[in-house]
Amino acid sequence: MSNYFNPEFETLTREQIEALQLERLQKTVRHCMNNEFYRKKFAEAGITPDDIKTLADVRKIPFTTKQDLRDTYPFGMSCVPLRDCVRLHSSSGTTGNPTVILHTKKDLDEWANQVARNLWMVGLRPDDVFQNSSGYGMFTGGLGFQYGAEKLGMLTVPAAAGNSLRQIKFIKDFGTTAIHAVPSYVTRLYEVMKEEGVDPRRDTKLKVLAIGAEPHSEEQRKRIEDMMGVKAYNSFGMSEMCGPGVGFECPEQNGLHFWEDYYIVEIVDPDTLEPVPDGEIGELVLTTLCREAMPLLRYRTRDLTRVLGRTCPCGRNHIRLDRMKGRSDDMMVLRGVNIFPIQIEKILMQFSELANNYLITLTTDEENDNMTVEVELAQSTDDYAKLQALEKEIRRRLKDEILLTPIVKLVPLGTLPVSEGKAVRVEDKRKVYQ
Amino acid sequence: MTIHQLSIFIENRSGTLIKVLDALKEANIQLIATTIADTAEYGILRIVCAEPMRACEELKKAGIAVAISDVFALQLDNKPGSAADVIKLFSLAGISITYIYTFLLRGKGILVFRTDNTDLAKKTIEENQLPYIAEADLTDWA
Repeated sequence: MSNYFNPEFETLTREQIEALQLERLQKTVRHCMNNEFYRKKFAEAGITPDDIKTLADVRKIPFTTKQDLRDTYPFGMSCVPLRDCVRLHSSSGTTGNPTVILHTKKDLDEWANQVARNLWMVGLRPDDVFQNSSGYGMFTGGLGFQYGAEKLGMLTVPAAAGNSLRQIKFIKDFGTTAIHAVPSYVTRLYEVMKEEGVDPRRDTKLKVLAIGAEPHSEEQRKRIEDMMGVKAYNSFGMSEMCGPGVGFECPEQNGLHFWEDYYIVEIVDPDTLEPVPDGEIGELVLTTLCREAMPLLRYRTRDLTRVLGRTCPCGRNHIRLDRMKGRSDDMMVLRGVNIFPIQIEKILMQFSELANNYLITLTTDEENDNMTVEVELAQSTDDYAKLQALEKEIRRRLKDEILLTPIVKLVPLGTLPVSEGKAVRVEDKRKVYQ
Repeated sequence: MTIHQLSIFIENRSGTLIKVLDALKEANIQLIATTIADTAEYGILRIVCAEPMRACEELKKAGIAVAISDVFALQLDNKPGSAADVIKLFSLAGISITYIYTFLLRGKGILVFRTDNTDLAKKTIEENQLPYIAEADLTDWA
């Protein structure tokens, strides 16, 4: 069997990739003119699709932002009639309107193809058993990997996240050879395996882990590989592009290949928005080349990374990017969930018992990433039960908002640091950033 | 029938208690009784002092959040069993004691407590003619 799932696209030369990109960009831009938002943007920028003559002309196109997606909620960015769409994924929309991403049948198939290509790249074949221990529902890591693994032809187990004992039973009973999960969940699975006396090397057929949707360091990856005794490959996805599949590591584990037959990859300075040289960190900007329902032109991902190379011993000349180095906005990614400080603030400010000062701390405790929210109590009280009830209520309301349960600590008035000017609200002490 | 008590929410951290005590010292407020109930994260410092309302203002000026609550303060006979006899009256009336502490005032034991039913507690004190102290007693003594 071939080393490649799509040999005709994966092994293109740089020249061939760029020629294909130009052709697809021109087609995408023309397709975007079916949509009022893009027509207006192009008119404002004084350009027409005919101005895209070379690949470098992509820089004439205005950027698209998450705010644009919110402003056009729910279907304002669609370039096809709604009846041609078969799926939508949406963010939780807690910082304003949600962002909605529409898919046609062909979009879903192309998405599955990217995921299948990735899984094939790291050695998975139709006789493998793939367990997707990722959240399903709106979170694209669920259905994205499901469709991709099925397209490759694997027996695919939609185990979803949680219930570690059942996960381990499946791994053993079904002969699972590959798992997809957020890195902190793999660690959790290993802890439970240890408690249950299960040795992943001896008692399972595991050979590949796909980990992503949560920032993690090279050290964390190595630790996970040591624990489980298998290779762990970094996966990059974002729902705006489709979901997982956009970028993935090859067996060289030297950066993520971003599929340039599907995307134009730019790295820009987040302040000047000018391109940065290869090797320098900047913001990842992606243009979709194959999307029907919702093509996105020069979408600012807010993820910071850098170009590692454009060739690879694996034979794929698709651009290699470093693991994500952080964000150019204040979004936090915790256990696969995107959280903005403003969401926390919005909830805290609903409690009259609380003062305005708060501090969010992200930590790695025994391999699990946690969030602690410290907030100042505006008034004192003589009643413990009230304090405990208040903490509990804050925890509950925050969980409704951010889908994770943070640790809530009430602190006396005037005890949190107040910095000059813009208050520091987030301290990220997780291992990945140290 | 009740006296004012200051309740101050403090962190379980070195330096937090002294901040409160220093503010009271600055204001020349005489402490009469204090107690701290703690959890892993924080505690409530409860203070009985002379001039509690002025103390409250001074603490607020120092940026310290403080709550004023009304608590009962009964005078006990200095003999074994006197606390048990008093508490039993509340227990028989179906009243729960939230917290309790004691101090000495002019050689007499004073029992400070809070209940889950203030009205019923007042009735119990009246019916049994239990001797209680008033705020003036604290200020005079100081």
